[in-house]
Amino acid sequence: MIRDITIGQYYQTKSVMHRLDPRVKLLGTLLFVIAIFTYKNPVGYVLGIIFLCTVIKLSHVPIKFITKGLKGILMILLLTVLINLFLTPGTALVSFWKLTITYEGVAVALTMILRLTMLIMGSSIVTLTTTPNNLTDGLEKGLGFMKIFRVPVGDVAMMMSIALRFIPILLEETDRIMKAQLARGADFESGNLVKKARALVPVLVPLFVSAFRRAGDLAMAMEARCYRGGDGRTKMKPLIYKKRDVIAYIVLFAFMVISIWMGRWSVITDFFNSLYTDLILK
Amino acid sequence: MPLILDHVSQIYNADTENPVKALDDVNLVIPEGQFIGVIGHTGSGKSTLIQHMNGLILPTSGNVYYNGKDITDKDFNKKELRKHVGLVFQYPEHQLFETDVFADVCFGPGNIGMTRKEAEMAAFDALRKVSFPEDLYYASVFELSGGQKRRAAIAGVLAMKPDFLILDEPTAGLDPVGRTEILDMVSELHKTAGITIILVSHSMEDVARYVERVVVMDKGRVAYDDVPREVFSHSEELEAMGLAIPEPSKIARQLVKNGLDVDPGVLTSEEAADSIYKALMKNR
Repeated sequence: MIRDITIGQYYQTKSVMHRLDPRVKLLGTLLFVIAIFTYKNPVGYVLGIIFLCTVIKLSHVPIKFITKGLKGILMILLLTVLINLFLTPGTALVSFWKLTITYEGVAVALTMILRLTMLIMGSSIVTLTTTPNNLTDGLEKGLGFMKIFRVPVGDVAMMMSIALRFIPILLEETDRIMKAQLARGADFESGNLVKKARALVPVLVPLFVSAFRRAGDLAMAMEARCYRGGDGRTKMKPLIYKKRDVIAYIVLFAFMVISIWMGRWSVITDFFNSLYTDLILK
Repeated sequence: MPLILDHVSQIYNADTENPVKALDDVNLVIPEGQFIGVIGHTGSGKSTLIQHMNGLILPTSGNVYYNGKDITDKDFNKKELRKHVGLVFQYPEHQLFETDVFADVCFGPGNIGMTRKEAEMAAFDALRKVSFPEDLYYASVFELSGGQKRRAAIAGVLAMKPDFLILDEPTAGLDPVGRTEILDMVSELHKTAGITIILVSHSMEDVARYVERVVVMDKGRVAYDDVPREVFSHSEELEAMGLAIPEPSKIARQLVKNGLDVDPGVLTSEEAADSIYKALMKNR
């Protein structure tokens, strides 16, 4: 039940995407997200989807796994769609009671679905192909320049890697605690919202107790090994750019430039706009 | 009513590249009144096996029957099953949550529809049965010692008055004295209350002394299912599975090899001492 959450999960297999330097993947995600939010015409989206599909294909992660992550944001997605559908001003398509759906609303809603889906899929593919440790290493090194502004990058990265490391542990623990309480006749499914919330108390109390105990143990273990902040710590596997990373950067930037240029090129945008007015507004 | 596992298989992570076969075609019949030991190395599938017995995990293929009903049926009432088949997990910390021990033990019986009064009576009875120290009935569950937590956890399930009691590694993390106490208590429950006990352990020593039937799990399959004496006669095979036979049996076997006429099937140190004494007397 809880295992369905795939955001932040790692999928173990071998692929080019898994071997890429985490910095490439992180910057790639950022650029991809920026790109998909700048498109103004369908050509941009088509290019984005082609790019996304290629990356998914390269990652060897089953598509089922990536779409599973979408389930978690289904509610947000639905809400966005509803708000955009009803609250965008423009030419009315249908109207009933006090609500009006406009052509523009449909267009905006569709765009939002597309953008959010691509955003989630794009970032899931990065977390699915990068181990949490690798991810924080990438962040630490990639954001290293922030040290000039006195941001404790090393400490933040350590906190992040601990937090990420604890997610699967706590999920597993929750699963076990739920089972232990189910065995004692607990019921998490029936009843109204209040009853369901109250049913969670027998799970949350042992979970919190255990999380605090684990945190204490970890702190003690770190102190016993003389951890004193991130400065001067060396890595067992330092991040070094390889040839494939350079190629990936080139491909990435090429995609960025081309897709944003095409996606915002006024000739294409105007063409689609006139098509739209011709077809719908006559 | 017996509990029957019929060709039960369980595959974890079936949709990934590394599926794990946790259970592989397991067949077991557990009649009422037995005291059964389930042993196996870490990852042999014993924990997965017992979770099938009260419907916490449903088999990937195969069926589990209780009381003549198939518990894998969609409309089967699992809460009703859990009333009859109690399961105590390895870590008592995973289930203790109330402000005091007594309230925590009342949680289970309250869930299965007992009135407050009935639940309190059941809780009191259960705490007595596990010989929980009376002055700690209203102590916080987080202040108890390891052995006391274990007792409180067992009482929490026992208060639901189950016919089957499954205990997952009830002695893990306890000192030798605490271990014997818990196992003696469990054995007493079996004798006096007539509860069917399924004791999961990786310690042969624990199991040998108390149980009447041993199920050995290896790589998700049932490797042996027999009386302890028979099972422990396969010492080489057991060692290959990473399981050591009880120390007294080991010594007795070695003595037989060296020509002393000892019974190789002894299970406890008392039996071994007896048998060695007899053999030595005969030789005189």
